[in-house]
Amino acid sequence: MKSVSKSPWLLHYDGSSCNGCDIEVLACLTPIYDAERFGVINTGNPKHADIFLITGGINNQNEPVVRQIYSQMPNPKVVVAVGICACDGGIFKECYNINGGVDTVLPVDIYVPGCAARPEAIIDGIVKAVALLQNKRDAMKKEAQK
Amino acid sequence: MWKTIAVLLYIVFGPLLGGLLAGLDRKLTARLQGRKGPPLLQPFYDVMKLFSKEVVVVNYVQDFLVGGFLIFIVFTGGLFFSGGDLLLVFFALTLAGIFFMMSACSANSPYSSMGAQRELMQMMTYEPMVLLVGIGFYMSAGSFSVSEIIKSSISNILYLPGIFVGFIFILVIKLRKSPFDLSTSHHAHQEMVKGLTTEISGNILGFVELSHWYENVFLLGVVGLFIINTSWWSILAAVAVSILAYCIVIFVDMVFPRVKWQLMLKMTWLVTLIAGVLNLVILNVFL
Repeated sequence: MKSVSKSPWLLHYDGSSCNGCDIEVLACLTPIYDAERFGVINTGNPKHADIFLITGGINNQNEPVVRQIYSQMPNPKVVVAVGICACDGGIFKECYNINGGVDTVLPVDIYVPGCAARPEAIIDGIVKAVALLQNKRDAMKKEAQK
Repeated sequence: MWKTIAVLLYIVFGPLLGGLLAGLDRKLTARLQGRKGPPLLQPFYDVMKLFSKEVVVVNYVQDFLVGGFLIFIVFTGGLFFSGGDLLLVFFALTLAGIFFMMSACSANSPYSSMGAQRELMQMMTYEPMVLLVGIGFYMSAGSFSVSEIIKSSISNILYLPGIFVGFIFILVIKLRKSPFDLSTSHHAHQEMVKGLTTEISGNILGFVELSHWYENVFLLGVVGLFIINTSWWSILAAVAVSILAYCIVIFVDMVFPRVKWQLMLKMTWLVTLIAGVLNLVILNVFL
């Protein structure tokens, strides 16, 4: 059953990003990089998504939003933090209004560093996320069989 | 006997053909945008994945209604390909559409409700043309029965060019393609998340996809019905014209941006009036 790894549907959420990483995420879908050739679809709907892609750091305003989106996604799901701000807060780390990276709220599976993260790095992160998705799916199946 | 075989063939090969058509759609779309695009079998991978996801039930009414959508679409197509009554086929199609619309209504979500309202608007827009197709076939072939219509000595499109154009026009709405993909869209990020299917996930979304594949095969079957006559080569011509119509709709999808519902209603009813009704009037005078 390799179907999960052949059809990863993305949900992209912009936390408090400067839009640098967001533009690079969208660049992955353009003709040059064309992430859709791996079956990637940018859904924009948490209930359809397999991979939760977050750019930007977490603050008090977007924390409940990120939590809710994550809770709405059906299992198996993978969280990918894109850009250094999403990884650990980046240059805003010490700011009074930033709590830190995405891992302060959610269990992050894949970290994609960079400021802004390069499309090649993002696609690499997605490919790693897809492999992890398959592992989680297999684990889910084993759990169901018990 | 052959009716049962036709229904069974449709039930088995309908989704296979529909899935391949959906794959062709995504490949062609990608190529028109200068991308490589996903593999041809991508829609099958997607649906297989949906069936392996965790089941999140919003409410059981929704699941029941989606089930009704699937069953009535299969009924519609089965009736059509076994040579049934065209009017009954179109009424069953409408009922299936109502089931799907109601499933979106049942979820307590603003996006899904908005999608349902827009879907209702779309149904109101295309329904007159669908009925004209039935009436047109009755006037040119003398019967509502599909098994009688295919026995015409000349292709019905020669009598019904206007109705054919009108049907291709509403095919854009039925296949949920831009500029008329108001209620839900294949493309990402529209203004109300995913519209109709926002609250549908996992295996239920898989059933929705499956129903769409059945529906698309049926709709292209109606396109083929315009071409088919008693000679053997007309079957090949019907298949070719159906696929051409599908490609034209994809091309239109790429070229035009989404319009507001007012413009959709005006344009479609204008086409229905000019191409459809005029065709019927002329046919009435000369036949």
